[in-house]
Amino acid sequence: MVFSMITILIIPFIIGVGLYLKAAPLFENQSLLKLIFSSSWAPSTGEFGFWPFITGSLYVTLLSFLFTAPVCLFAAIYLTQFSSPGLIRVMHPVIDVLAGLPSVIYGVWGILVIVPFVSDYAAPFFGTTSSGYSVLSGGIVLAVMCIPYTLNMLIEVFNTVPNGLKEASLSLGATMWESVKHVVIRGNYPGIISAYGLGIAKAFGETIAVMMVVGNMVKTSGNPFEAAYPLPALIANNYGEMLSIPMYDAALMFAAFLLFIIILMINLFFRYLIHKTKRQ
Amino acid sequence: MRRVKIIEEKFFIWLSAFMTYSLIAVLAFIILVIFIKGFGALNWDMVLKTPRGGYYYGGEGGVLNAIIGSLYIAVGATLIAIIIGVPAALYLNVQLIRYRRTQNTIRYFLDALWGIPSIVYGAFGFSLMIFFGMNASLLAGIITVALLIVPIMVRTFDEVLSTIPKGLHEASLALGSTRTETAFKVLFKQGFPGFITAVLLSFGRGIGDAASVLFTAGYTDNIPVNLDEPAATLPLAIFFQLGSPIPEVRDRAFASAIILTGIILTISIGARILSKRYSKTNLT
Repeated sequence: MVFSMITILIIPFIIGVGLYLKAAPLFENQSLLKLIFSSSWAPSTGEFGFWPFITGSLYVTLLSFLFTAPVCLFAAIYLTQFSSPGLIRVMHPVIDVLAGLPSVIYGVWGILVIVPFVSDYAAPFFGTTSSGYSVLSGGIVLAVMCIPYTLNMLIEVFNTVPNGLKEASLSLGATMWESVKHVVIRGNYPGIISAYGLGIAKAFGETIAVMMVVGNMVKTSGNPFEAAYPLPALIANNYGEMLSIPMYDAALMFAAFLLFIIILMINLFFRYLIHKTKRQ
Repeated sequence: MRRVKIIEEKFFIWLSAFMTYSLIAVLAFIILVIFIKGFGALNWDMVLKTPRGGYYYGGEGGVLNAIIGSLYIAVGATLIAIIIGVPAALYLNVQLIRYRRTQNTIRYFLDALWGIPSIVYGAFGFSLMIFFGMNASLLAGIITVALLIVPIMVRTFDEVLSTIPKGLHEASLALGSTRTETAFKVLFKQGFPGFITAVLLSFGRGIGDAASVLFTAGYTDNIPVNLDEPAATLPLAIFFQLGSPIPEVRDRAFASAIILTGIILTISIGARILSKRYSKTNLT
C-alpha cells in the first residue's frame, strides 16, 4: 500500500523531470525568453518561436471561457436554488454523460455542426468570410466540453452555502433572487473563481477536439474567424516527423513541458483556494 | 420599486432555467446529430470485420481492429490502475486516518493531477518509450493510459471510502484485526459500489482518450496478438477516417463515432445501475 501511494505521488515529478530533460537541448543555443516570445517558426532551420502557438491557445481558451462562464453560473444557481428534486435527478446523468463523452466525439460534432454554422451563418452575419475551421469554432466546441466540468464544481461550491444565511436574507424581505445574488454569489467569490480557473486549465490542455475544428495554421491575427494553432494541436500534429528534423523533438517536448507546468500551476493554485474555502 | 424587484426575479429565474434546460438540449443534440449522420454507414461489417485492402479508399471491411485495440488498452490500463490505485486509496483512508493534514494534502495533489491534459501524458509516454528503445506498441499505450487514469481511480474510490463511518473502522480494529485486514476486508467491501464506479469511470476515460495513445499505441489494420505490437484505437480510427477526402470513408467515421458513443453510454448507464444495486444490498 505504501509502495503504490509513493508511486502515485512520484509520477508527476517523473513526468516533469522527464519532459524537461528531453527539452533541455533546446536551451543550449536559445534563451528561454526568446523561445517563448519569438514568433518565427521554422523547424528546418532550427528556429522555434512558440509565441503564435501560445497566443493561439490563449485565444481559443478565452473565447470558450466567455461562453462557459454565464451558462455555468446560471445553471448552477438554478440547480442548487430553484429547481425541483426531479430535475436534479435528470440533470445528474446528463452532466455525467456530457463529461464522459470522449473529445473525439465533440470534435466530430464540431465538424458536423459548428464548422458549417460558422462558415455559413456566423461569418456572413459579421460581414466576413470564413472556412469555418476557426478560433470561434474551437471556442464553441471547447465551451461545450468544459461546461459539465465547471458546472460540477460550481454546484459543489454552492451546496456549501449554509441555509441559515439565505433564510436570514429572505426573512429580511429580500426576494429569492436578491438573496441568491448577495448571499450565494457574493459569499462564494473564491469558489466561483476557482471553478472558472480549473475550467480554463482544462480548456487550455484539450487536444483532439480543438485540433479537429481550429484549422491549424500558424498565424497571429486577432480575427476569430481565422484559423489558429494551439499548443496541444502542435504536439499532436507533428509527432510523426519530429524525429527526422534535429531539435524538433526537443521543441515539441518543450511545448509539452510548458503545458504541464502552466496547467499544474493553475490547478494547484485554484485547488488550494477551493480547499481553503471548504475548511472555513 | 417592488415591481422592479419582482420583474428582476422573474427574469433571472427564467434565464437560469433556460441555461439549465439548454444543457439537456445540447446533449440530446450531440447524440442525435451523430446517430443520424452515422446510421447510414453502420452495419455489421463495421463491427465484425477488420479493414480489408483498399478500405481507406472506400473498400470493404470495418473497424474491428480499433474496437479490439481500444478494449485491450482500456482493460489493461484499468487493471494496472486497480493494482496501483486501490491500495493507495485504502492506505489514504486507513493508515492516514489520524493525519487529517496529510490526507488533505494528498487529495489536493491528486485533484491537481486530474487536471493534467492527456497530451502531456502522451508526450511523456513517448519519451519514455524512446528512452527504453521500444516502438509504438500495445504495452506503451497501456502504460500511458494507466498513468492517465490512476488519479481518477484513486480520487473516485477515495471519495466513497471517506464517507464510511469511522465507527465501522474502529469496530474492526477493536475485534483484533490488523489495519491491512480492516482495509481490504471491511473498507473495501463497504466501499464496493464506489469501487465499481471508479473502475467504470476510469475505463470510460481510457477507452475514449485519443491524445495519449496517438504517440504511444501506433496504428495498425490488424488485431494485436502480442504486447509489443502496435494497436489501433477507436478514437484514432474516427480521427483518421474523418481526415479522408472520400465521402464513404467519412461516413464510416461517423458510424465509428456511434460505436464509441454507444460504448460510453453503456458504461455510464451501467455504472449507475451497478452502483445503485450494490449500495442497496450494502445499506444495512
